[in-house]
Amino acid sequence: MSRSSPEQLAQGVLAGDPRALARLISLVEDEHPWARAALAILYPRTGRAHLVGITGAPGTGKSTLVNEMAKVYRRRGLTVGIVAVDPTSPFSGGAILGDRVRMRELAGDPGIFIRSMATRGSLGGLARATSDVVKVLDAAGYDRVLIETVGAGQAEVDIAKTAHTTIVVESPGFGDDIQAIKAGILEIADVFAVNKADREGADSTVTALEMMLDLNGTEPGRWRPPIVKTVAIRGDGVPDLVDWVEAHHDHLRDSGLLAHKEEERTRDELLALIQHELTQALLASLRPGELDEWVRRVARREADPYAAAQSIVHRGGR
Amino acid sequence: MTEEKIRILIAKPGLDGHDRGAKVIARALRDAGMEVIYTGLRQTPEMIVEAALQEDVDAIGLSILSGAHMTLFPRVIQLLKEKGLDDVLVFGGGIIPDQDVPELKRLGVRGIFGPGTSTDTIVEFVREEIRRHRAGEPRQ
Ligand SMILES: Nc1nc2c(ncn2[C@@H]2O[C@H](COP(=O)(O)OP(=O)(O)OP(=O)(O)O)[C@@H](O)[C@H]2O)c(=O)[nH]1
Ligand SMILES: [Mg+2]
Repeated sequence: MSRSSPEQLAQGVLAGDPRALARLISLVEDEHPWARAALAILYPRTGRAHLVGITGAPGTGKSTLVNEMAKVYRRRGLTVGIVAVDPTSPFSGGAILGDRVRMRELAGDPGIFIRSMATRGSLGGLARATSDVVKVLDAAGYDRVLIETVGAGQAEVDIAKTAHTTIVVESPGFGDDIQAIKAGILEIADVFAVNKADREGADSTVTALEMMLDLNGTEPGRWRPPIVKTVAIRGDGVPDLVDWVEAHHDHLRDSGLLAHKEEERTRDELLALIQHELTQALLASLRPGELDEWVRRVARREADPYAAAQSIVHRGGR
Repeated sequence: MTEEKIRILIAKPGLDGHDRGAKVIARALRDAGMEVIYTGLRQTPEMIVEAALQEDVDAIGLSILSGAHMTLFPRVIQLLKEKGLDDVLVFGGGIIPDQDVPELKRLGVRGIFGPGTSTDTIVEFVREEIRRHRAGEPRQ
């Protein structure tokens, strides 16, 4: 069976075995030691999928849009991986992951793989493991990976770093002036979807967004986020939305921004890994109980935390 | 490595459109620290097993009120076998007459909980079964 080693799991993923894929995603989420070994094998096969983030306030219709977008991609002959993130309860550590409810039409299609993910304590709309889970789907050969963030209702910077193209979903009825539109979304939005356009107020939302974009100024050659009206429950406007997402990806590629973005992402990732490795190595080099001794001394104000950290790092780094 | 989270799929197969019981169980399992994939109403056995596979769950809980339990449970269990997912724990609740319970258990439905069962009982059952399974102990 494909579960007996990290190598076999990785081979299973590359061979298109959905069980190996599902299992490896769990190991990645649990930070199991096998996950890194398997990810290392898969890494050369990543970097091909177009990663699309879908973010926006709770209930704006993100999951319904993901469902419709996946259908459009399938009609165009492309395969789709979906990662849908919902919050972990800070009280129990448990979570209810309910985004699949809106994606039932995608059932039974082998060209689609849906995975629900809990944030597990991470803030900012994604889980810590999301980008690695996306890599696994990328290596598995999905042409597009759609990432639905937690509807936290604020600009989520993490998704903009993880995805190539970020769709910010707005819906009418939250008040239609500029103030109602959250600060920071200009920085992350590549495409706006004004969903629930069947409802009153959609045009005011579009106008407010247009004004905001105008205030932001224009420069030749810079991407101006298009605003697409959609009615996700009927699929209206979704082919248009997908066209804009594709156009944005073409723009990234043709302008050289894609390579730049990839380097930025890689730099963040590498720095985080270095930090992790160094910390692990350093902690392993301490005498048993040494850290606790420092903690006690600092807590009793017998030492200050800055000197303590310096001392630990320099002695440990010897 | 962090702990291995327990992941459970809760589904409501069949045509009756009422999922209050399923939602109560989903919340109880969440409050016990588990990750619950909630798939909603009118799930076919095929949809349930596909979701269980993609979500890599430890257990599937089905809420069945429609009286179709003698077709839905066997079908889910058969599909799980076909996909090589026979180690997934299957349990259920809803309105299931006593005389059907032995046959369902024989087929491999490990826990069947009637309408009056406390959520604590179900949470404890799920936790204990999964603990045993992960520890490689035989099931009771
Ligand atoms: N009228 C109308 N309702 C919609 C539309 N799109 C989605 N909805 C409804 O809005 C509700 C929320 O939709 P979801 O797709 O679950 O929204 P979401 O943003 O994924 O929600 P969270 O994941 O909970 O943040 C559902 O009842 C949908 O049926 C639309 O275009 N028009
Ligand atoms: Mg959603």
